[in-house]
This record gives sequence, C-alpha cells and structure tokens, in this order.
Amino acid sequence: MITFFLNPANRAWLVLLVATGATWWLGEVGAAGTGAILAMLAIAFIKGRLVILDFMELQGAPLMWRLLLEGWLILVGGLILLAYWISLK
Amino acid sequence: MTAITAALPAEAPAAKRLPGYLAVWAFILAEMLLFAMLFASYAFARVDNVEMFNLYQQTLDRNAGAINTLLLVTGSWFVVLAVQAAHRDDSRAASRHIAFGFLCGGGFLAVKVFEYATKFGEGIFFSTSTFYRFYFSLTFFHFMHVILGMVVLAILWVKTRQGAYGSHDAHGLESGAVYWHMVDLLWIVLFPLVYVMR
Repeated sequence: MITFFLNPANRAWLVLLVATGATWWLGEVGAAGTGAILAMLAIAFIKGRLVILDFMELQGAPLMWRLLLEGWLILVGGLILLAYWISLK
Repeated sequence: MTAITAALPAEAPAAKRLPGYLAVWAFILAEMLLFAMLFASYAFARVDNVEMFNLYQQTLDRNAGAINTLLLVTGSWFVVLAVQAAHRDDSRAASRHIAFGFLCGGGFLAVKVFEYATKFGEGIFFSTSTFYRFYFSLTFFHFMHVILGMVVLAILWVKTRQGAYGSHDAHGLESGAVYWHMVDLLWIVLFPLVYVMR
C-alpha cells in the first residue's frame, strides 16, 4: 500500500480522479460567476500540471520543455479567463 | 574536477532528459497550439452569445463528459505504468498496461458515440446553433485524436509484446505515451470549458 504512494504517477492519478469529481460537482450545483470560473480554471491548471510533470514525465526534463508545456496551460487558461471577464462586463 | 565529483552527494540526480523523440514533441506542440486557438475561439464566440451558450450548454450530458475524463485520466495512468515497466525491462507488464490504456480509450469512444446518438435522436446537429457547431467540432476533432492515440497504442502493444523496449531504449514507447497524455491534457481543458463553465 505504501509503495503505491511512492510512485508519483499513482499519486497524480488519485488527485486527477478527485479533481474531476470537483469539476463535475461545480457543474451539478450550477456554479457560475467569477469565483466559479476561477475555481474551475484552477482545478484544470492543477490537473494539467500533474499530467505534464508526472505523466509526460517532464519533471526531470530540461527547463525549456517544462516552460513550453506549462506556458501553454497558462496561455489557454488566461485567454479563457479574459473572455469570461469580458462577458461579465 | 575530482574535488567537484567528490563534493557531489552519493546519489546525484540523473541528467535532465526529454522523454521520447524531439520530432514527436514538435508535432505535439503544434497540435496543442491548434487546440489553444479552438478553445479561445469558443471562449470569445461565447462573449457575444452568453445567454444562448448557457442555455444550450445545459442540454449537454455532463455525466458522460465527467466519465470520459475519468476514462482518459485512467488510460493515461496505465500508459505511464507501461513506460515504467519497460524501464524495468518488464515487457509483459508493459504490454498489459498498454492494453488497459487502449480499453480506456475504447470506453471513451463508446460514451461519445452514445452522446452523439442521443443528440442526433433529439434532432440536434452541427447546424442547429453556433453553440452546437462549437460543441460538435471541438469534441469531434478531439474524438479523432483519441482514435489516432489508440492506433498508436495498438502499435506499441504489438511492439512491447515483441520486447522492443527496455532499459536500453524506450524512446518509441515514450513518444507514443506522450502523445496519449496530450489527448488527456486537451480533454482536461475541453471538459470544463464546454460542459461546465457558465
């Protein structure tokens, strides 16, 4: 059991399952508005980062590749947030 | 030089390396940029049609979207375990984990086909509204990527059964695995964006 948690991929998988449940729940309660959007983007960012670092194994990759992939997450999240912010005005 | 080596801790971390082939990473980055543009198009198209997007979004099957996230995340996890097994020279475990990953992909396709069939049954098509045009084009484009990812996994399954990868060389396996993780990563953004955010 303890050896299961020693593998970062196993830990990432468990967090991804729980985080998916959280996004689903926000949808079920019909969460809307700035707070909800920030929460959903934060969850997506955490999930994306786990996939990049622990599944794609970029944790031990040259910094440039980590920055490219994590930068993509920030770019996409930023554009989505910008569009939602404009729509709320 | 000897002094520096002696000063290093007993277990120096391995040199930084990029898993898989460089060309595959270039291809993946191009695909991700394309999807970034599609995601941004959706978000900005919504700005002028907030009420319509919110109304039609409620007709989507959020449970199916969430189940599909779980399937892709789990499929990705199996494929990481396959790469780890290959590095331990355990080809049997590697091929078994790839088969599980492939099955998760198959589950995703089945749920998506069910979702599309329900929509078509309700008389909802690509041309019904701007929202559905985005819903069908984004999800179908991603669907095609799941299929391509499964083709890659099928090839990797055959090759791992032949013992093609091991501690000596796993670049091919790592490259296919990274592509499969990208399919997962894209859905992690697509699901909240199209199915949940309002």
